[in-house]
Amino acid sequence: MTNEYCKKVILDIIADIAPDEDLSNVKPDVRLRDQLQLDSMDFLDIVMELRKRHGIEVPEADYTRLASLDSCAEYLTPKFNALAAKS
Amino acid sequence: MAYDWLKGVADEYDVIVIGSGLGGLTGANVLAKAGHRVLLLEHHYQFGGLATWFTRKGGHIFDISLHGFPVGMVKSCRKYWTREIADSIVQLKDIRFVNPQMDVWTTFTREDYTRVLLEKFALERGAVERFYEHLRGMNFYDSNTETTGEMLERFFPGRSDVKRLLMEPIAYANGSTLDDPAITYGIVFSNFMGSGVYTFRGGSDVLVEKMAAELRRNGVELRKKVLVERILVEDRAGRKVACGIVASGGRVIRAKAVVSNANIKNTVFRLAGAENFSPAYAEAAQAVRINSSSCQVYLGIRKGETIPHIGDLVFTSQSPTFSSAELTDLHTTSRTFSMYYPDTRPGSDRYTVVASINALYGDWSRMSEEEYAREKRRLIDESIAALERYIPGVGAKIDWMEAATPRTIERYTTHFGGTSFGTKFEGLKVSMDLPEQLPGLYHAGSVGIIMSGWLGTINYGVITANKVDRWVCAQRQGRAA
Ligand SMILES: Cc1cc2nc3c(=O)[nH]c(=O)nc-3n(C[C@H](O)[C@H](O)[C@H](O)COP(=O)(O)OP(=O)(O)OC[C@H]3O[C@@H](n4cnc5c(N)ncnc54)[C@H](O)[C@@H]3O)c2cc1C
Repeated sequence: MTNEYCKKVILDIIADIAPDEDLSNVKPDVRLRDQLQLDSMDFLDIVMELRKRHGIEVPEADYTRLASLDSCAEYLTPKFNALAAKS
Repeated sequence: MAYDWLKGVADEYDVIVIGSGLGGLTGANVLAKAGHRVLLLEHHYQFGGLATWFTRKGGHIFDISLHGFPVGMVKSCRKYWTREIADSIVQLKDIRFVNPQMDVWTTFTREDYTRVLLEKFALERGAVERFYEHLRGMNFYDSNTETTGEMLERFFPGRSDVKRLLMEPIAYANGSTLDDPAITYGIVFSNFMGSGVYTFRGGSDVLVEKMAAELRRNGVELRKKVLVERILVEDRAGRKVACGIVASGGRVIRAKAVVSNANIKNTVFRLAGAENFSPAYAEAAQAVRINSSSCQVYLGIRKGETIPHIGDLVFTSQSPTFSSAELTDLHTTSRTFSMYYPDTRPGSDRYTVVASINALYGDWSRMSEEEYAREKRRLIDESIAALERYIPGVGAKIDWMEAATPRTIERYTTHFGGTSFGTKFEGLKVSMDLPEQLPGLYHAGSVGIIMSGWLGTINYGVITANKVDRWVCAQRQGRAA
């Protein structure tokens, strides 16, 4: 799994939970909250979708790691790789 | 033999939800969409909890808690319900305050509220903006001991009129007082101030029917007239775990997780039982203060009659100034009129008026039957007399009148103290800590003032569903491994 794959996973989820947002120019190094209309409930939805779609668990203490696309990729890539190694 | 309301229900589910308030319904829907098998049990003959309505002779439909909610409902309904439900949410444009200190109309948006504060209350823009910024910057997890009363005094010293305009709508919306932590005020006020007050076009009946239909589409088994008597608790490897419910009549149904939408105190002390918790937790739960309750007077306008537009939501009072004690006094003169014009239910030509009055359970629970009937009559008479001030002659157009009290709320929801707004601030922690105390048991329902109201409980239902989803997925994986 690559960082790019993880970013796409997150963008796909955001596209579903916030269909009115324009995602064509999301900057990977800027906090998602600062460039999109996302609130804490939206982040909770991202966590639930990661579990549902990919079997990835994000504990509450790690929610802040989902701040930007870059930080998401950094945090999630090892999790995706660990999951792939198991199956 | 009596009809079996659990006929055809399986013996085991992934999740059982107790109660069909907006928190329970939304939690059930999110969990079903996450792929779990969900059973929802409601003791009343109708789903919706306090998001409810009733019909009366003369073609009247009365809504109980459809006075208004923040714009955030649009987004939450779209995400956790359906686009169709979200699309029926519309703004209420005329919010009005009439009392000895003011007669003000506002759309309750930040822009218009600012206009009112500048024009009618002669404040400077800077002071108003600083207040909004302070509220926006408030964080739920910050520890701040300031009360709402202290905060309002800090920003608007000596201005009892400004405090009234700012406090009254929030006191009605969540039962909070000037002595509650400022955060309980800040979050709710900011939610509303975004862009005003909204309602569901079509009425509570249509909303709840659409929700029930969506739940069935997502595979939830929904049953009404089923009272859950207690939560099934078992010992597993030396640890107590919640693993199902016992319905009245004795039927046992098992589940990997149970979500209680009953009041948090009902959940801990009646449904689970204090013996299943650590003494420290039981003590904390005991100490949770129940929020105040409500009385309502329902006035149906005779078919064919019309009444003029006097505002959508009219906050009225004869009290010279605002006080939290006056608001909940048995003899308060403060009441909010929710005016339901025909466009509430498109295609209808009917008008109803619902007067809401804050109340204390204790005042009503200790009355004898005779006194109770007399006091309800007084509520009705006083509400009609108050409405006559704004609509002269309205009394002659009313062909249905009826009152509800904290005792009515208790009967229909079984909530401790007949509360209409859940618990005070401390209830939130007790609610959140529940699954750590008794694994498998979760709470989703009005708590802590903040997680109350239509939007608060819907969102809290989702927050709880996320935890339940995590637990049930882990249980499943544990079994597979
Ligand atoms: C008069 C009034 C006016 C209000 N106005 C507004 C308003 O204008 N805007 C707004 O946003 N909010 C308003 N509210 C508040 C809002 O209605 C509530 O906060 C919200 O609906 C509560 O949802 P809930 O999920 O906490 O549970 P509830 O609606 O309280 O539902 C809990 C459900 O659980 C069921 N239950 C409990 N125990 C059991 C058991 N053992 N077995 C089976 N079922 C059980 C009950 O019967 C009930 O149906 C108002 C409330 C009142 C009372």
